[in-house]
Amino acid sequence: MSLICEESYPVRGGDFKDAGKVAVQIKATLKKLGLDPEILRRAAIAAYESEVNIISYARLGKIHLQVDPEKILMDVEDEGPGIEDIEMAMRPGYSTASDLIRELGFGAGMGLVNIKHCADEFEITSRVDQGTKLRILIHVPDG
Amino acid sequence: MTLFEVMDILNARLLVGRKLLSTEVKTAFSADLLSDVLAYARPGSVLLTGLTNPQVVRTASVLDIAAIILVRGKIPPAETLRLAEELGVPMMATHYILFESSGRLYSRGMVGCIKKVGNDEIMAL
Repeated sequence: MSLICEESYPVRGGDFKDAGKVAVQIKATLKKLGLDPEILRRAAIAAYESEVNIISYARLGKIHLQVDPEKILMDVEDEGPGIEDIEMAMRPGYSTASDLIRELGFGAGMGLVNIKHCADEFEITSRVDQGTKLRILIHVPDG
Repeated sequence: MTLFEVMDILNARLLVGRKLLSTEVKTAFSADLLSDVLAYARPGSVLLTGLTNPQVVRTASVLDIAAIILVRGKIPPAETLRLAEELGVPMMATHYILFESSGRLYSRGMVGCIKKVGNDEIMAL
Protein backbone atom coordinates (compact mmCIF):
# COMPACT_ATOMS: atom_id res chain seq x y z
CA MET A 1 0.00 0.00 0.00
CA SER A 2 1.46 3.35 -0.99
CA LEU A 3 2.42 5.73 1.75
CA ILE A 4 0.62 9.03 1.98
CA CYS A 5 2.79 10.32 4.77
CA GLU A 6 6.11 9.40 6.35
CA GLU A 7 7.83 11.49 8.96
CA SER A 8 10.29 11.02 11.77
CA TYR A 9 10.16 13.02 14.99
CA PRO A 10 13.22 13.08 17.25
CA VAL A 11 12.62 13.21 21.01
CA ARG A 12 15.31 14.15 23.52
CA GLY A 13 15.48 12.39 26.88
CA GLY A 14 15.07 14.74 29.83
CA ASP A 15 13.40 17.44 27.73
CA PHE A 16 10.46 17.82 30.12
CA LYS A 17 9.65 21.38 29.12
CA ASP A 18 8.75 20.36 25.58
CA ALA A 19 6.82 17.20 26.51
CA GLY A 20 3.77 16.92 24.27
CA LYS A 21 5.17 19.01 21.43
CA VAL A 22 5.70 16.05 19.12
CA ALA A 23 2.23 14.65 19.88
CA VAL A 24 0.67 17.99 18.94
CA GLN A 25 2.72 18.02 15.70
CA ILE A 26 1.71 14.46 14.86
CA LYS A 27 -1.93 15.28 15.45
CA ALA A 28 -1.68 18.33 13.17
CA THR A 29 -0.01 16.21 10.46
CA LEU A 30 -2.74 13.54 10.67
CA LYS A 31 -5.48 16.16 10.73
CA LYS A 32 -4.23 17.55 7.40
CA LEU A 33 -4.72 14.08 5.91
CA GLY A 34 -8.40 14.35 6.71
CA LEU A 35 -8.55 11.31 9.00
CA ASP A 36 -11.53 10.55 11.24
CA PRO A 37 -11.25 12.61 14.48
CA GLU A 38 -11.48 9.56 16.77
CA ILE A 39 -8.71 7.78 14.84
CA LEU A 40 -6.37 10.74 14.98
CA ARG A 41 -7.20 11.26 18.65
CA ARG A 42 -6.14 7.69 19.42
CA ALA A 43 -2.94 8.11 17.41
CA ALA A 44 -2.15 11.41 19.13
CA ILE A 45 -2.71 9.93 22.61
CA ALA A 46 -0.42 7.00 21.81
CA ALA A 47 2.17 9.44 20.45
CA TYR A 48 1.92 11.62 23.58
CA GLU A 49 2.43 8.68 25.93
CA SER A 50 5.35 7.40 23.83
CA GLU A 51 6.94 10.84 23.79
CA VAL A 52 6.61 11.21 27.56
CA ASN A 53 8.14 7.76 28.03
CA ILE A 54 11.21 8.67 25.95
CA ILE A 55 11.63 12.00 27.75
CA SER A 56 11.19 10.37 31.14
CA TYR A 57 13.39 7.33 30.81
CA ALA A 58 15.64 7.34 27.73
CA ARG A 59 18.64 9.33 26.50
CA LEU A 60 17.10 9.93 23.12
CA GLY A 61 14.61 8.43 20.77
CA LYS A 62 12.29 8.99 17.87
CA ILE A 63 8.77 8.40 16.69
CA HIS A 64 8.61 7.27 13.09
CA LEU A 65 5.18 7.85 11.59
CA GLN A 66 3.91 6.15 8.45
CA VAL A 67 0.41 6.53 7.08
CA ASP A 68 -1.15 4.70 4.17
CA PRO A 69 -4.84 4.51 3.22
CA GLU A 70 -5.36 1.50 5.50
CA LYS A 71 -3.37 2.27 8.61
CA ILE A 72 -1.36 4.56 10.83
CA LEU A 73 1.89 2.99 11.96
CA MET A 74 4.11 4.50 14.63
CA ASP A 75 7.49 2.94 15.35
CA VAL A 76 8.89 4.30 18.58
CA GLU A 77 12.55 3.63 19.35
CA ASP A 78 14.73 4.81 22.15
CA GLU A 79 18.25 4.43 23.44
CA GLY A 80 18.02 4.02 27.16
CA PRO A 81 17.89 1.66 30.09
CA GLY A 82 15.29 -0.64 28.54
CA ILE A 83 12.60 -2.43 30.54
CA GLU A 84 13.57 -5.42 32.63
CA ASP A 85 10.10 -6.78 33.25
CA ILE A 86 7.70 -5.85 30.45
CA GLU A 87 4.80 -7.71 32.01
CA MET A 88 5.18 -5.60 35.14
CA ALA A 89 5.53 -2.38 33.11
CA MET A 90 2.23 -3.14 31.35
CA ARG A 91 0.33 -3.30 34.66
CA PRO A 92 -1.95 -0.29 35.26
CA GLY A 93 -0.47 1.77 38.06
CA TYR A 94 3.03 0.29 37.92
CA SER A 95 5.60 3.07 37.55
CA THR A 96 9.28 3.79 38.07
CA ALA A 97 8.85 7.52 37.35
CA SER A 98 10.99 10.17 39.03
CA ASP A 99 9.61 13.14 40.96
CA LEU A 100 10.37 15.38 37.97
CA ILE A 101 7.99 13.39 35.81
CA ARG A 102 5.34 13.30 38.52
CA GLU A 103 5.55 17.06 38.97
CA LEU A 104 4.48 17.45 35.36
CA GLY A 105 1.42 15.31 36.06
CA PHE A 106 2.73 12.14 34.46
CA GLY A 107 4.22 8.94 35.80
CA ALA A 108 1.01 7.38 37.08
CA GLY A 109 1.84 4.05 35.50
CA MET A 110 -0.77 4.30 32.77
CA GLY A 111 1.42 5.07 29.76
CA LEU A 112 2.02 1.69 28.14
CA VAL A 113 -1.45 0.50 29.13
CA ASN A 114 -3.00 3.52 27.48
CA ILE A 115 -0.89 3.10 24.32
CA LYS A 116 -2.03 -0.50 24.03
CA HIS A 117 -5.62 0.61 24.59
CA CYS A 118 -5.37 3.16 21.75
CA ALA A 119 -3.76 0.73 19.30
CA ASP A 120 -5.35 -2.00 17.20
CA GLU A 121 -2.05 -3.82 17.23
CA PHE A 122 0.72 -3.23 19.73
CA GLU A 123 4.16 -4.75 20.08
CA ILE A 124 6.82 -3.97 22.63
CA THR A 125 10.38 -5.24 22.70
CA SER A 126 13.09 -4.11 25.02
CA ARG A 127 16.73 -4.80 25.77
CA VAL A 128 18.13 -3.87 29.13
CA ASP A 129 20.82 -1.15 28.84
CA GLN A 130 20.04 -0.70 25.15
CA GLY A 131 16.53 0.55 24.64
CA THR A 132 12.88 -0.07 23.96
CA LYS A 133 10.89 -0.36 20.75
CA LEU A 134 7.17 0.04 20.34
CA ARG A 135 5.15 -0.72 17.25
CA ILE A 136 1.75 0.95 17.32
CA LEU A 137 -0.70 0.21 14.55
CA ILE A 138 -4.10 1.82 14.13
CA HIS A 139 -6.43 0.73 11.33
CA VAL A 140 -8.08 3.43 9.26
CA PRO A 141 -11.70 2.39 8.62
CA ASP A 142 -12.83 2.20 4.98
CA GLY A 143 -9.24 2.63 3.93
CA MET B 1 -24.69 24.42 29.12
CA THR B 2 -22.38 26.85 27.33
CA LEU B 3 -18.86 27.77 28.41
CA PHE B 4 -20.28 31.18 29.22
CA GLU B 5 -22.64 29.56 31.74
CA VAL B 6 -19.76 27.51 33.15
CA MET B 7 -17.88 30.75 33.75
CA ASP B 8 -20.89 32.21 35.49
CA ILE B 9 -21.49 29.15 37.72
CA LEU B 10 -17.84 29.04 38.80
CA ASN B 11 -17.43 32.79 39.04
CA ALA B 12 -14.47 32.20 36.77
CA ARG B 13 -12.17 34.61 34.99
CA LEU B 14 -11.67 34.02 31.28
CA LEU B 15 -8.01 33.70 30.31
CA VAL B 16 -8.18 32.48 26.70
CA GLY B 17 -10.93 31.88 24.14
CA ARG B 18 -13.51 34.67 24.18
CA LYS B 19 -14.73 33.63 20.73
CA LEU B 20 -15.56 30.10 21.87
CA LEU B 21 -17.76 30.93 24.86
CA SER B 22 -20.93 29.80 23.08
CA THR B 23 -19.54 26.23 22.81
CA GLU B 24 -21.99 23.71 24.34
CA VAL B 25 -20.54 21.38 26.95
CA LYS B 26 -22.28 18.47 28.68
CA THR B 27 -19.51 16.44 30.27
CA ALA B 28 -16.42 16.98 32.40
CA PHE B 29 -13.31 15.29 33.73
CA SER B 30 -11.52 16.46 36.88
CA ALA B 31 -7.95 15.41 37.66
CA ASP B 32 -4.48 16.57 38.56
CA LEU B 33 -2.88 13.59 36.86
CA LEU B 34 -2.31 14.03 33.14
CA SER B 35 -1.73 10.30 32.78
CA ASP B 36 -5.31 9.74 33.87
CA VAL B 37 -6.62 12.58 31.73
CA LEU B 38 -4.98 10.98 28.68
CA ALA B 39 -6.45 7.62 29.60
CA TYR B 40 -10.01 8.60 30.43
CA ALA B 41 -11.08 12.09 29.29
CA ARG B 42 -13.48 12.18 26.35
CA PRO B 43 -13.60 14.70 23.48
CA GLY B 44 -15.82 17.74 23.95
CA SER B 45 -15.56 17.61 27.75
CA VAL B 46 -14.27 20.37 30.00
CA LEU B 47 -11.16 19.58 32.02
CA LEU B 48 -11.00 20.77 35.62
CA THR B 49 -7.47 20.74 37.02
CA GLY B 50 -4.98 22.43 39.29
CA LEU B 51 -2.09 21.88 36.86
CA THR B 52 -0.94 25.00 35.03
CA ASN B 53 2.02 23.76 32.96
CA PRO B 54 2.05 23.81 29.13
CA GLN B 55 1.52 20.03 29.12
CA VAL B 56 -2.07 20.60 30.28
CA VAL B 57 -2.74 22.58 27.12
CA ARG B 58 -1.03 20.03 24.87
CA THR B 59 -3.01 17.25 26.55
CA ALA B 60 -6.28 19.14 26.11
CA SER B 61 -5.48 19.84 22.47
CA VAL B 62 -4.61 16.23 21.71
CA LEU B 63 -7.84 15.06 23.36
CA ASP B 64 -10.16 17.68 21.78
CA ILE B 65 -11.08 19.04 25.21
CA ALA B 66 -13.60 21.91 24.97
CA ALA B 67 -12.02 24.05 27.71
CA ILE B 68 -9.57 23.97 30.61
CA ILE B 69 -10.85 25.19 33.97
CA LEU B 70 -8.03 25.97 36.39
CA VAL B 71 -9.17 25.54 39.98
CA ARG B 72 -7.90 26.70 43.40
CA GLY B 73 -7.05 30.18 42.12
CA LYS B 74 -4.04 29.01 40.14
CA ILE B 75 -2.43 31.52 37.83
CA PRO B 76 -0.80 29.89 34.79
CA PRO B 77 2.63 30.93 33.50
CA ALA B 78 2.72 33.12 30.38
CA GLU B 79 3.99 30.19 28.33
CA THR B 80 0.85 28.19 29.12
CA LEU B 81 -1.40 31.07 28.10
CA ARG B 82 0.52 31.59 24.86
CA LEU B 83 0.19 27.93 24.00
CA ALA B 84 -3.55 27.91 24.75
CA GLU B 85 -3.95 30.87 22.36
CA GLU B 86 -1.85 29.15 19.72
CA LEU B 87 -3.67 25.81 19.93
CA GLY B 88 -7.11 27.40 20.36
CA VAL B 89 -7.94 25.88 23.73
CA PRO B 90 -10.24 28.06 25.90
CA MET B 91 -9.02 28.50 29.46
CA MET B 92 -10.63 29.98 32.56
CA ALA B 93 -9.67 30.25 36.22
CA THR B 94 -11.78 29.91 39.35
CA HIS B 95 -10.99 30.27 43.04
CA TYR B 96 -13.21 27.32 43.97
CA ILE B 97 -11.42 24.08 44.86
CA LEU B 98 -11.67 21.07 42.55
CA PHE B 99 -14.39 19.36 44.60
CA GLU B 100 -16.53 22.48 44.86
CA SER B 101 -16.09 23.36 41.16
CA SER B 102 -17.07 19.86 40.08
CA GLY B 103 -20.04 19.83 42.45
CA ARG B 104 -21.35 23.18 41.31
CA LEU B 105 -21.27 22.10 37.67
CA TYR B 106 -22.78 18.70 38.47
CA SER B 107 -25.69 20.25 40.37
CA ARG B 108 -26.46 22.32 37.27
CA GLY B 109 -26.64 19.26 35.01
CA MET B 110 -23.09 18.57 33.88
CA VAL B 111 -21.98 14.93 34.26
CA GLY B 112 -18.71 13.02 34.21
CA CYS B 113 -17.43 12.07 30.74
CA ILE B 114 -17.27 8.51 32.07
CA LYS B 115 -19.01 7.38 35.25
CA LYS B 116 -16.37 5.06 36.58
CA VAL B 117 -13.45 2.99 35.52
CA GLY B 118 -14.99 -0.44 35.65
CA ASN B 119 -13.41 -3.84 35.84
CA ASP B 120 -14.51 -4.38 32.26
CA GLU B 121 -12.46 -1.47 31.05
CA ILE B 122 -9.40 -2.55 32.98
CA MET B 123 -9.80 -6.09 31.68
CA ALA B 124 -10.19 -4.80 28.13
CA LEU B 125 -6.94 -2.86 28.32
